[in-house]
Amino acid sequence: MSDAVSNDALVEGLVARLTPVRPLPSPALRGLVWCAAVLGIGLLALPFADLAGLRARMAVTDLRLAAIGSALTAWTAAVAAFVTSVPGRSSRWALLPLAPAALWVGASGLGCLRTWLVPGTTLADGADMRGCAAILIGFSLPLSVALVAMLRRACPLRPTLTAALGGLAVAAAAATLLVPVHPHDATGTDLAIHAVVVAAVIALNALAGGRLLDRGRP
Amino acid sequence: MRRPGLTVPARSGAGAGADRAAIGSCSTLPMVPPCLRRTGNLSVARCSRRVLTANFVAARARAGHAARLPRRAATGYPEVRAGGTPMDLEARLSSAMTAAQGGDATAYRALLRACVPVIAAAARAQGVRGDAVDDVVQETLLTVHRARATYDPDRPFLPWLRAIAQRRAIDLMRRAGRRPQEVHDPLAYEAEIDAGPGPGEGMERRQREARLARAVAALPEGQRQAVELLSLREQSLEEAAAATGRSKGALKVNLHRALKALRAALRGDREEGHV
Repeated sequence: MSDAVSNDALVEGLVARLTPVRPLPSPALRGLVWCAAVLGIGLLALPFADLAGLRARMAVTDLRLAAIGSALTAWTAAVAAFVTSVPGRSSRWALLPLAPAALWVGASGLGCLRTWLVPGTTLADGADMRGCAAILIGFSLPLSVALVAMLRRACPLRPTLTAALGGLAVAAAAATLLVPVHPHDATGTDLAIHAVVVAAVIALNALAGGRLLDRGRP
Repeated sequence: MRRPGLTVPARSGAGAGADRAAIGSCSTLPMVPPCLRRTGNLSVARCSRRVLTANFVAARARAGHAARLPRRAATGYPEVRAGGTPMDLEARLSSAMTAAQGGDATAYRALLRACVPVIAAAARAQGVRGDAVDDVVQETLLTVHRARATYDPDRPFLPWLRAIAQRRAIDLMRRAGRRPQEVHDPLAYEAEIDAGPGPGEGMERRQREARLARAVAALPEGQRQAVELLSLREQSLEEAAAATGRSKGALKVNLHRALKALRAALRGDREEGHV
């Protein structure tokens, strides 16, 4: 009976600490709020954007598709991260960003192929690629902090999965924000740098975010 | 830790000692989660879930205690019981959780108590062994408390609760799997505490149950009803009075006499060498 007594004592302790709480908004709404934060950061970076170059690049189908794909990946991955942070929701939601991610990666790869096929295309040099990597990382850090802070309000029962989805959302959002300030078309080396940075952002989020989000484990 | 000040009071005194003596399958391990172990002065013994309510009655009888009566009836809040259809239970739990999110302590207390058997069932379904089920129950209750804002009142409650319980059960089994166990040192291997029942323990338990069942069956009708309804089925005085047509005072007197008679009968068994 000591079990029952201790369960009762624990229940009484929890009841004594009860405070009113407001149910969290829906994952879709929280995803939109985070995307609004992404948009805010994008607006801050607007003075540095090459708008004339952006219009020219958006006229190219594969670059336009890559931008749309990365933006959709950011939103769907954020929604999937918020959904999987709620107990009782299916982990199949993790599949949600797969299709937009395929569009993003596929269109970026097409850009790389086009560069090989079309002579005279301006290629990025080492300094440009380092600049791209720095911009991607610079965008990723505040977005990661904001996303982890929002996810910690929930209760991710699979913290690593949730954090990995969050990392995908952050990486895709950073790639989207990179488009207006990107000075050249995607090339093989450029795409490789992007892929490395994106993979690093996802891995770091999964590693660090998984621990940060795992608050429920005593 | 994240939950400072939340402590579980320790049991002490003759009553607890008598319980442990009668149960015979207790370990001395603390049965609360590690976070609580660090925050309180705990000496709570963890007993096997296999302990039957009948053993409890015998222990309380020997210790001269009155049987524990449910306290929920005094709360004024409708009990969230596991009875009725699953849909009824779902609706009641969901309603209680919604009220708890608004700060209703009475609803929250009823909800958490009703969650205990659901969590225990989920833990057992995950393969948690009997003596660790209560760890899962308490860790799940702590998580429920922390994550109560994530419950969406428009969605069913039980899948939300079971998901937490299953994850805590998996966490506990993973931790248990990572615990080092020496298998190459024969002495250390032999000294490893086996959480399972000892040899012959099941037979002894069945014998104790049989003796207790005979002693209860030998009681006069009124006393037997009082023991069965109040102690074994843990009904409230109001429920038992409604079921038997007797007054609450008569039920209390019958229970007191029944416990006295059981104590005498079981003491006689012990003196004859049966216990």
